[in-house]
Formats: sequence, C-alpha cells, structure tokens
Amino acid sequence: MTDQIVHESPVSLGALLRRIPGVSFILVGMIVVFAVGNPRFLSGVNLANIGLQASLLLMLALPMTLIILTAGLDLSVGALLGLCGVVIAALLVAGWSLPVAVVAALFVGLVFGAVNGILISYLALPAFVVTLGTMGLCEGLSLVITNGDPIGGFTPALEVFYRSTVLAVPTPVVVAAAFYALLWLVLYRTRFGNYVFAIGGNKDALHLAGIKANLVHMSAYVLCSLSVALSALLLLGRTNSAHPSVAVGMEFEAIAAVVLGGTSFEKGQGWLFGTVLGVLAITVLRNGLNILSVEPSLQVVCVGVLLIAALLIDRNRKRTSRDAA
Amino acid sequence: MTTMVNPALPSRSAQQLAPGTLAILVRLGLIAAIAVMLAVVSPGFVAADNLLNILRQASLLFLVASGLTLVIIGGGLDLSVGANLTLCACLSAAAIKSTGQPVAGVVVALGCGALVGLTNGVLINRLKIPAFLATFGMLWVAQGIAYWFMAGQVVYGFPPAFRFFGGGFWLGIPVPIWVMSMVGACGLVFMSRTTMGREVYLMGANEAAAVLSGIPVGRRRVLLYVVSGLMAGLAALIYVARLNAAEPGIGEPLLLPAIAAVLVGGTSLFGGSGGVFGTLLGAIILTLIVNALNLLNVSATWHPFVTGAIVLVAMLADAAVNRGARK
Repeated sequence: MTDQIVHESPVSLGALLRRIPGVSFILVGMIVVFAVGNPRFLSGVNLANIGLQASLLLMLALPMTLIILTAGLDLSVGALLGLCGVVIAALLVAGWSLPVAVVAALFVGLVFGAVNGILISYLALPAFVVTLGTMGLCEGLSLVITNGDPIGGFTPALEVFYRSTVLAVPTPVVVAAAFYALLWLVLYRTRFGNYVFAIGGNKDALHLAGIKANLVHMSAYVLCSLSVALSALLLLGRTNSAHPSVAVGMEFEAIAAVVLGGTSFEKGQGWLFGTVLGVLAITVLRNGLNILSVEPSLQVVCVGVLLIAALLIDRNRKRTSRDAA
Repeated sequence: MTTMVNPALPSRSAQQLAPGTLAILVRLGLIAAIAVMLAVVSPGFVAADNLLNILRQASLLFLVASGLTLVIIGGGLDLSVGANLTLCACLSAAAIKSTGQPVAGVVVALGCGALVGLTNGVLINRLKIPAFLATFGMLWVAQGIAYWFMAGQVVYGFPPAFRFFGGGFWLGIPVPIWVMSMVGACGLVFMSRTTMGREVYLMGANEAAAVLSGIPVGRRRVLLYVVSGLMAGLAALIYVARLNAAEPGIGEPLLLPAIAAVLVGGTSLFGGSGGVFGTLLGAIILTLIVNALNLLNVSATWHPFVTGAIVLVAMLADAAVNRGARK
C-alpha cells in the first residue's frame, strides 16, 4: 500500500466539483422530497429547528473529522457528552456558579481526551477499543453521580441562551459556525493542521522528520473531548435537564456525518466542509422523518442505511473517475 | 487490503498462537485468588449452588464472547454482538408467543443471528467498509429495529419446554453450563485441530501471507462473522429462557463485558493469537469480579465503570506483553 499524503485545500472549480461527496446529491434529493411531501418542511420555524438540531451534532462531528483524518475514531463522545452535562448540572444544583461548572466539565473533557490520546498515540492501541473502554468509564461515572435519575431545576440561563437569536439566526447555529471557522483555520492554515493530515497518511514519516507526531496525534483527541465538554452547554440548553443516557448514540451520528462527508479512514483524506454536508444530511433526514411521523428508533436505522448508500455512491464514483483518468 | 486502522500495527509471528501454559496458569491463579477472597468474605460462596450459579452467569457472557474471540483472532472486530443478541431475543420471543412452539424461537434466534453476521461479513468483505465501522453501524441498526419491533412492549411468559434452556438441569448441572461446555469444546477443537482454524490464526497474524498461501480469506472472514452472529443468537435463546422475558435493551450492556472477557482471556486485539479457552476463563474472572462487588455491597451503578476500567487495564497488559515479546 502506498503511503502518499493527499492533502489539497479546495482551489479550482473543477477540483471542487470532483470532490463533492455523494451525500450532497442525497441531501438535495431529500430536501426536494420532504418539501414536496409536506410544505411545513420549508417553513422558517422548521428551518430554525433544523439549524438547532444540526448545531449540536456539528460541534461533535467537526473535531471527529480531525480524529478520523488521523485514521482514528472516538466512540466515547456520546457518553462523555452525557457525563459533562451531568457534571455541569450537578454542580449548578449544588450551588456553584456557571463558570465553575463549565471549568469542571472542561477538566473532565481534558482528562478523558488525554487518556484516549495517550493510549492511542503513544501506546499505539486500537482507537475503537480504547474509546469503547472510556465510553464505559463515562457512562459508569454518569450513573454513579446521578444514580440513574435525571438532574433538573438549575439556572434557566442555558435555556435562554439556547433559545436566543442573533439577527434572526439561532445563537447555537452562530456558535457552531464560529467553531467551524476556527477549526477550518486550525486545519488548513496551521502547521498543526498539516501534521493532522500527515498522521493519517504516514505517521512514521512524521517521526522521521523530527516532528512530535505523538503529541499532535494526542492533541486531536484532547481537542475533541474539550469541544464535547463545551457542547454539553448546548445539550443542557436544549433538554433543560441532565440524564446519563441522553446523548447515547450521538457518537454514531457524529462518525456517520464525517464518513458521509467523504472523509476516509485511510491515508488522511478528508474535507472539513464535507462534514457540514454530512451533518445536514442526517439532520434533514431525521427532521423529515419526524414530520412524516416515523418513530425515532427507525430513524436510527435510516441513518445507517443512508451511511451505507453514501459509501457505495462514493466508491462507485471514485472507481469511474479512476477509470477516466 | 487491510481493514485495520493503525498502519503501525505489529505483525505477529505465527509461532505462539494459542495462549501458552503460563498464561493459562496465571488466569487460573487469578480465579483461585478471587475465589479464596470471596470465600473468606462470605462463607456461603463455596456452596455448590452458588458456584454453579456463577458458572451459569458466566455462560451467557462466554457465549457472546466466544464468537467475538474467533472474529478478533482472524483480525476483525464485531461491535454488534450485544445489539444482535437484543434483536434475536426480541424476534424469537415474539415468534414463540405467536406460535407457541419453542422450535420457532430457536429457528428465529439462530436465523436472525446468522443473518446479522452475514450482513456484517458482506459489508466488510464485499463493500470494503472497515470492520469497526460496519459492525458499529450494525449495532445501531439492530438496536433500532428491536426498539421499533417491540414498540415499548415487554414479551414475557414462555412455555416450560423453552424455559428449560435457561433454567433447566441435566444430571444436576444447569443446561447453560452444558451449552457453554459444548461450545467451548467445539471452539477449542475447531481452532487448534482443524486446518480452517489454523488458517484463521494466520489470517489474523499476517493477512498478506494468508492470501499468498491460497487461503480464501474473504470467505473465511464472512464465516467468522456468521459464527459470531450465531453465538449471539444462541446466547439470546438462553437469556430469554432464563429471564422468561424479552425487551429491547437487554443486550446493550453486554458488549463491553464481552470485549473485556476476550481481552482478559489473553486474546490479542491485534489478531492472530489467543483462544476460546482463554475467553472462557476471562468470562469466569469477570463474573467473579461482579460477584465480589455485590458481596462487598458496591452499588450496581459502579459495574459499567469497573468493566470499562478492566478493558483499559487488560489492553495495557496486552500491549506490555506484546512489546516484551517483540524486543
């Protein structure tokens, strides 16, 4: 297998068109179908709703893109999101101020990100089992803290923040957009970003070039866990209560969004904006199925089918473009 | 074509395949140590009833973990075993309820398990989706179908002929322990006494070499996932028969302990080494630890945390041993 580093930022229109992931066609198709099926789909209220739903998933899927670019995976984000929500809620109920609670959640995120990162980068253990283990730790800690009951009745500030708008755009959407801009800068305009692509391509070469590849590798996991800790604020704003299992399965949707967006587990190939498309596809699918009153349990099945369909489309397009060249 | 994520994975020599005598002795010693500790803390522990009960609890975990062991030895991974068990349990329970025939439940559970395994195998082998991604997706698909199918209901109350699988005795020993012994013996013979078993070791240790030796790696891999699915189906039957009820969510807490049992049993996650007997010991060790937590009055809410910690510690130990072996 050749270990060539493929890392192009989108420049020419032709290159851009070739890189459009298959999911964008599915996305357009779904929007047309849902809009025709139910006029309510394109109403302002529903669009704002889609934005709100997409913002939380985006906060998880964007840093997950970095991790998958390093040929890794983080299965613990859903459980960690639940744990951070529980920590913030428990501290608020115990009478601590919001900043203290947020710092505590960030600390929890830092610890779990560092544990994941050290085991995966320095000790070269398989990412999916390491993060499955930390997933168990996070779920267990949330259970221990809450004893299985939801925590509610804390400051309404988070809900007010979640429901507020900036120039008619929901604030969480603005936050997610700002986060996208930040990660775009990190990924495409810093050396760190270059190294992230390079780790997925050939980590050994990075070592040989005298770069602290393990540190960069670990930082991707720490960055992901820290943003999960911050996302817990959005989650609490949405649900207004904290429950250990509230974010179960979010890690699946985040990973699915990244893969839908065309980021591959091999050779550090990927595209940050593709993840935005993947998040939108999943959110639109779930929102549309909601409007058509399909049960939430079946919606998960549909996300899985969507994922496989998009993978097949991309595989076939890659094959034909290779034949053409 | 490798399906593993980390290109830096060590390729193991095919020399030490099954865990050596020392590794087995260490685990037997660990079991003895925990058992002595439990016997001191609670004198009732050594009663025959209690020991059989622990083995019966371990049997469920072992069945789920046994198929997973083969998949991991072959260089793959199956994250869908718990969700597969849930789906098999729900569908077979419904089949028994509607027909009144235990046979229908057996057919549906094994069929459903094999079908989920086959789907995993095809996704991984034909469509080249990474194993952890395909089986992780399958986890949610199976879980979703189970919740949708049950629609919030719990199915309970089965004919005694069916409940015999979970609660019955034969020659004074619970039926699940017989099933565990048979599956264990079959796994042992298959992996160490048949050509196909040795091929699985080679596949996991060095896939390129396996391909070059003319082993039909793709077909073997699909077979391993089907076996893993079948074991989840078998475990589902015993679980439903013992609980006398089925609901979506029963298999969910089993994934982490199953992986823990495989790791504690000495099977390397990097593939190519390990064995079913080790997993049997791993399942017994995990069950004893849970038993100890209960006897020490540690709240059940700590169980997921402890299991997660065991997975991480077992991985670290595995890595340390690998590193030592390579030097």
